[in-house]
This record gives sequence, structure tokens and C-alpha cells, in this order.
Amino acid sequence: MSKERIQISEDLYDIMPSDYQDLVKSATYGKEDRGWKDIGSSKELIEQHSLCAGCPESMAFRYILASLPNPEDTVMVGSTGCTSLVFPMVAVHNIHSLFGNQNAIASGLKRALSVRFPGRVKDVVVLAGDGATVDIGLDMTLQAWFRQEKFTTICFDNELYANTGGQESGLMQKGFVAKMAPVGKLFDKVRLPEIARESGCHYVVNCTVSKPSLVEKVIRNAVHVAREIGPTYLQLYTPCILEIGKNSMEGLQEMRDSEKPTERFAYKEYVSEPAKQLLAELAAKDKERKAAAKQLASQASA
Amino acid sequence: MATPPSVIGTQNKKGQTYTDPWKLLHEAPRTPSFFTGSEVIKEAVRRSSCDVMIAYPITPQSEAAALIGELFAEGYIGDYFRGESEFAVMSQCAGAAFGGARVFTTTAGPGTMRAMENFPMWAGARLPIQMIVTCRGINSPLSIQPDTLEIAYLLNTGMLVWHAETAQDFFDWILKGYLVSEEPDVHLPLALCCDGFFVTHTKDVVNLTPADMCLPPYDPYRSPVPCMDMECPPVRMMRDPFVMKSNYISYATHASWQQEIWAAIERSRKHSIHWLNGLIDTENVDAETLIVASGTAVSQGREAIRLLEEEGVRCGLVKVKTLRPWPEDEIREATKNAKHIFVPEFNVTGWLAKELRATIPNPHRVHAGPHVCGGMTMPPEIIVSEIKTALGMKSFSLAGRGS
Repeated sequence: MSKERIQISEDLYDIMPSDYQDLVKSATYGKEDRGWKDIGSSKELIEQHSLCAGCPESMAFRYILASLPNPEDTVMVGSTGCTSLVFPMVAVHNIHSLFGNQNAIASGLKRALSVRFPGRVKDVVVLAGDGATVDIGLDMTLQAWFRQEKFTTICFDNELYANTGGQESGLMQKGFVAKMAPVGKLFDKVRLPEIARESGCHYVVNCTVSKPSLVEKVIRNAVHVAREIGPTYLQLYTPCILEIGKNSMEGLQEMRDSEKPTERFAYKEYVSEPAKQLLAELAAKDKERKAAAKQLASQASA
Repeated sequence: MATPPSVIGTQNKKGQTYTDPWKLLHEAPRTPSFFTGSEVIKEAVRRSSCDVMIAYPITPQSEAAALIGELFAEGYIGDYFRGESEFAVMSQCAGAAFGGARVFTTTAGPGTMRAMENFPMWAGARLPIQMIVTCRGINSPLSIQPDTLEIAYLLNTGMLVWHAETAQDFFDWILKGYLVSEEPDVHLPLALCCDGFFVTHTKDVVNLTPADMCLPPYDPYRSPVPCMDMECPPVRMMRDPFVMKSNYISYATHASWQQEIWAAIERSRKHSIHWLNGLIDTENVDAETLIVASGTAVSQGREAIRLLEEEGVRCGLVKVKTLRPWPEDEIREATKNAKHIFVPEFNVTGWLAKELRATIPNPHRVHAGPHVCGGMTMPPEIIVSEIKTALGMKSFSLAGRGS
């Protein structure tokens, strides 16, 4: 989609909702160096959200949508859960169908888009919770990776089933007492990042969303690697403040506490050799582009 | 938006000519070919301009699913792969259809049941996927034998459900299925069912259209819902997702959405009548005794009618082609003279007889049976015996039934 596709007929302009007018005027579709810094100075691709006040998931959504390198040609796939309450407010095409089948939907979608638009970039990004990714949908999560499907899987890891009221999930920490784990969870947090690496993902990151610049970097890397090489996986800690007994303003600190070097969300990254090469090439091009822009600016001011 | 130029008369990359569907199906020369049902599925798909086919092995559809893989290798299909389970496959089909592809898949028995959660989702999302169902037993202990019980579960999913009798039906209906289900006022998935083995694994003479002519491609922008390809503006669907709301607007939204799906099934009638030449076929329905059947039970019924004629019993036949839409008016009309209506079925519960009883006046006229299940064949003599017994005629007992 080029930005022209969202233009409004002049005759209809005044009756369109203001949030749509804003999308046309100041969203960052097609902006080459779009990123988290656009937040506040441009129209975000998320309008509102119906998550709890202070939910870190809402921060994650904003950073991710600001960082997608190609939103005008990106289709997102969600699953049932808190994320599915947000997607109706998101200004990229997105699919919700069932609970746990997101990587199967994305497999079919990516292939259909490749058949229909040969030679054009159409990115597919899955965004689902940990129940959808690791429990009910694990089979389809892994099989998409085994098949080397070229899309990005993002797991919002809040370590439980939040939308249904705080039940045990596979990514919950061992010993945590929750609904359906009345004496505490009896087994370890599933090590999906390592499983992702062994399953053929070319770029895997485990981190929190406390730093928008970091989220921007990993999203861009993950989407580019998926587009050119193969599957990528991001596991992002988005704590459910409600279910772990925190207040609205405590989500950020919870993430900071959990990303300390000895904690379970200390930054971990795996990059395959072909992905390393691609990212190095992209970084070099980026550097070149910035240098050229700088030179142009200095010429203009001279 | 300007209307794109017609593709009719142009060629695809395999050199097939996109042909006006009516001409392709009614005027193009036909070549009699001696093929298994599975091979016929392949030949129909070859002419369907399919974008994506997703396969999974389960008897008795595995052969057809693998043969379509050969079509992919030959370049007739955009993409093809083996999914990991029927649940996943049907979701992969959904993903491809959301992305604007014409999608084909096949399944059977336990696979249909495993995938079941997807089917109301397909209908709700208005995805015109075509799924061949080669029916087989779904019970435990394990059975791979023909049995049509799974069709009963498909009837309330919101899909179109057709039941083919022969391989010829299959060939024509695969092509016609896309024409009906992709109509903008329908735009629903189609379960095209047949009786496994009896149709898939037997050879029959089928009249095929020329291999160098094919259907025009699917146009996803005729869909009543947006295609998820970012080629049209992303709309903000709603201010608050209805899933979380317990209020009248939420209920009304979901209710009207469901009603719209069933209204779309109703709207498919006119297209199905046009392409299938009616939702039912009838023979001698002025007779007092009728057989109403679908699938291969129709063939067995036809043979039973021949045997009954030799004994001086006149019996008519109603072949039900579409189960959704259900041909209510047609069946009422066709059965208005009948005093006895027999419904032979390849399943234990007799779902077709139940549908029929709920449709016609004086439903006591319906004799639900004979039934065979678990893979048993239905010799026409069983139908003859059932009819003669009900009519008070002397009937020879059949060997092996313990009578």
C-alpha cells in the first residue's frame, strides 16, 4: 500500500473521523527511518487501547507499531487474549481468527501474499500472548519455524493467562501460585527462546519493553531477517500488573527489575550467520544513508 | 475504482486460456476419461486457477492431496505444502484466503472433526475456501471405512455443504463450487463432500473439459469484507471490541453477523440452481413410493428402483445435491404425492432422514433407512427389502443378517 491509498476524497474529508484525517496527514507510512522517536510528533498507528491503565502491553504496542519498517505493506496476525482487544484500534491490516492458530494463519497468509505480489515486499508479523504461543499454539509455532516460514513471531510474555483472569501458563515461573496452579506451578518456565533457536529461527531475542530504542532495534532486525532469510522470534516481557499485584505506575519498574543480568529477562540474543551478514549489510547501508543526509544538510546550510 | 480489463481469452503461465465459466462447463468439448475419483479431483483443480493448496495425509483423501502436489510441481498452483495437522491446515487455508488467494484443501473423517473449530470461523470471516471431504468413519475403534456421519457436524457451521454422488459430479462441482462460493453476495466456504473410497478409489468414466482451459482467477476485491493485504485502507473496526461487552449493541452485532451468514447461504440458492441445474434431481416423483438420498446412496437407490420395477413396484427418486442450502421447497414439491419415503444412508444416525422429517408435511411418511455404517456397503437388495417389508410385501431375508 502506498500512502496514496489512504487519501480521502476531498468531498468526503469533513465527514471522516478525525483520527482517520490524522492518519492521512501525519502518520509515518512510507517513512524510511520511522521509529519510536516519531511518537508524539506524528500520528501513531494505534488509536487507543482498551487495556488496563499502565499495562506494559500498551507500551509494547506503541513501540512496535512505531518501529515496523514497512507498515504500509505489513499484515499482522493476532490471537485471542488481551492483544485481541487492541488490534481493532490498529491501522495496519490484522487478522484475528482463533486461539493459538496464529502461526498457521501467518503461514498461509505469507504464502498467499508471495503468490499474489511476486517481487514486492509484504511483511507478516505475528503478535500473540504466551498462552497462544507456547501452550495451545506451540505445535503451530514450532512447525512454522521448522518449515522456515518467512515471518516474525512476537510473544507478549506476561507469564500467565491474563485475559481469562490469571491462570497458569507454560511461561509462568516455577512455584508461582495462580489460578489452576493452586499449590504453585510445578515445572520450570518453558525455554522457548532456546527452542526457537534449535527450531530454525534466525534471530531470537528475549527482553523487556522498558527501553523503546531497544524495542525499535529488535523489531526492525526481526522483520528484516524474516523478510530475507527465515523465521524470527521475539519474546517480550509485558508483565500483567493486575495479576502480579502491582499498581498502574509500577509496570516499568517491574520490567527494569526483571531485566537485570541475573534475572529471567536479561537481554539474550541469538543471530544466525546469514542473519548476521544481512544485519551488517543493513547497518552499513543505514550509515551510508545517514552520512549522505548529513552531507546534504551541511551543503544546504553552507 | 476503474473496472480491470477482463482476463477472458488471455493465457496463464501454463498456457491455459482463462475461459468464460459457462462456456467452459457447458459448451467446451468433453473428453471421456477413465479415472479414479482422486485423479478426477486433480483434473478439476488443474482447471480451477487455484492459488494455494494445503495438504495433510489422512485416508481416503491422501491420494488426491498428493496428486495436487504434482500439479504444483508442474506449475499449475501458486503454492502447496503439507501442514502439521488438520486444525493447522484449515487455519493455514484461512490465512491464505484472508490474503486474497483462491484456496483448495481436502480432508476426511477424524481430520474433519479435528479441524472443526475452523469452519464456523471460515464462514464468519467470509472466506470462500473449497474443502473436499471424502467421508469416512469417525468412531472408535479406529475405522478408515466409508461412513457419512461427519457431514452431520458440518451442517450448522455456516458453510455451504454439497454432497456429490459420482466422480462426474465431483469434477463439475469443484469448478462450479468456486463460482457459487465466490459470488459477492455469498462469499462463503464450501464443503464438497463425497463418500470416501466409493468415489475416491473407484474408476469411472468422467467427461473432462479441455486441459488447456481454466476458470478465471479469483478477484479478492469482490469480497464483501476487506482482503487483508494492505492494498486497501486499514479500517479501524470498532472503538471497543465487542468480545468484551455485555450489552445490547454487542449482542445485536453478533446476532446480525450470524444472521448475515445464513442469509448468504440462502442467497447462494439462485447461483447453485443456475450452476447445478437445481438443488435436487428427480425421477418419477409421481410414484407413491420414493427414495430420497444424497451421495452414493443415490446410486444404490437407483439400482434398487430398477430391481423393484422388475417386480412391478414403481418407485421414484430424489437426489439431494445441496444440503446447505437445504432444498426445502424443492423437496416439499417433489414429495407431495409420496405415501412412503425411504432414506437410505451410510451412517448410524440418519441425519438426512431427520432433515427431511423436519421439512415435509406428514413426516410419518419418512422411513429412516436402510442404514449401513462402519464401512459396510449398501447392496441395493437391502433397500429393496426395506421397501418391500414396509409396503407389506414378502421379502427374502438377506443372508448373514441372522434372520
